[in-house]
Amino acid sequence: MKVVVDMNKCQDHGQCVFAAPDVFSMDEDGRLLYVPDPDDALRDEVEEAADLCPLQAIRIED
Amino acid sequence: MGAGIVVAGASMGGLRAAEQLRAAGWTGRITVVGDEPHMPYNRPPLSKEVLAGRAPFASLAFTPKASAADVEWRLGARIVASRLAERNVSLDDGSVLPYDGLVVATGMRPRRLGCPGPLTGRHTVRTIDDAQGLRDELTRPGARVVVVGAGFIGCEVAATAVALGVAEVTVVDPLPLPMVGPLGELLGRALLKRHEERGVRFALGTGVAGFAGEDRVTGVVLSDGTVLEADVVVESVGSVANTEWLDGNGLDLSDGVLTDGLLRVGGRPEVVAVGDVARFPNARYDGVPRRVEHWSIPADTAKHAARTLVGTEQAPFAPLPTFWSDQHEFRLQSFGAPALGKDDVRILSGDPEGDVLVGYHTGGRLVGVVALGGHAAATGAARYRAQLLKQPALTA
Repeated sequence: MKVVVDMNKCQDHGQCVFAAPDVFSMDEDGRLLYVPDPDDALRDEVEEAADLCPLQAIRIED
Repeated sequence: MGAGIVVAGASMGGLRAAEQLRAAGWTGRITVVGDEPHMPYNRPPLSKEVLAGRAPFASLAFTPKASAADVEWRLGARIVASRLAERNVSLDDGSVLPYDGLVVATGMRPRRLGCPGPLTGRHTVRTIDDAQGLRDELTRPGARVVVVGAGFIGCEVAATAVALGVAEVTVVDPLPLPMVGPLGELLGRALLKRHEERGVRFALGTGVAGFAGEDRVTGVVLSDGTVLEADVVVESVGSVANTEWLDGNGLDLSDGVLTDGLLRVGGRPEVVAVGDVARFPNARYDGVPRRVEHWSIPADTAKHAARTLVGTEQAPFAPLPTFWSDQHEFRLQSFGAPALGKDDVRILSGDPEGDVLVGYHTGGRLVGVVALGGHAAATGAARYRAQLLKQPALTA
């Protein structure tokens, strides 16, 4: 699975971190970090993260 | 194939319901009916980025999941009546849609002030067309703006207007502090100070008696007779549920549509409600049915309601409410139900002049946290989220 976050849209709300902590995290300055090629077993939680992003900045590209 | 599932409402709740029906295993027909001409789009930017001219419509549109590619969209169509006993709804073009399952997702519309005066120059912010119309007027040189209602949307619009360079922005509210209903006095005072420091004026503790002007509004008449001169008025005084089309079915429509803990409507297993029109009991709290106008609710309710509709067994709905609001350069971030704990408000860290984290308690127990400020405050609130999630139900 390929995950792309539009960092121009991202405003560091962190909702994705709650939904998919294995894929998304925040650094010490509160900026988003993410795994761009997570295991397919994590698809459900990544989809949840994409749904919950207030800026709709997360795209899943199979 | 049968009549399938009709989703009444084509905003975020309607879209998520369609997607979650597919995720829950529904392979039959899905028809989504919505009165706006647009595909579902994200509304929070309307009072901020769209008003500021930084977000074109294309950037707001949701991207439907591939699983929902075969959903039939009937846009620009309004459902005007329903017969739940016969399982069908009527559209404004006279056609009748039968259904096997119905999702109520018709949402809210802005409440309008009924006091006398001209209508032209008065705005609300609910749709993309509303926001673009308001932006056109805000950006006229010398515009004077009065915002009626000091809730989240009113305060966001006021902050955006100041940032756009509008010289006079005044917020009117009968309550003594902005956002005091949902947040209480401590943060209400902190927010008032921050807005005033950035140039927003307030007329608090006063209602609106009427609007001055002949063909278009020239001022807002306050309860005490004072007139605030205005070229543009924004009405942000709450919302009204779009449930008239459900009249005549014996439902409780006193505030949105009442559901049970599985989001079923009127005790019918084939009718569910999602989004801010649904008045549901939250098993996490006191079981009192409430409507919740947070952005997270359409997705949460859609998931639960879709499973109910396809017959998946599940526990009663118990979402952890969460909302945010961006005003000027600061953010409010809330987890839980602060409004239930407004009588016992404690500062958990920081201070109201800078980044602050506030806890709301009922019976000594934490029921909500709200952060005000920058990243540090929001990160602090996130730490309490896990604690709020783990707590047993309030009634237990």
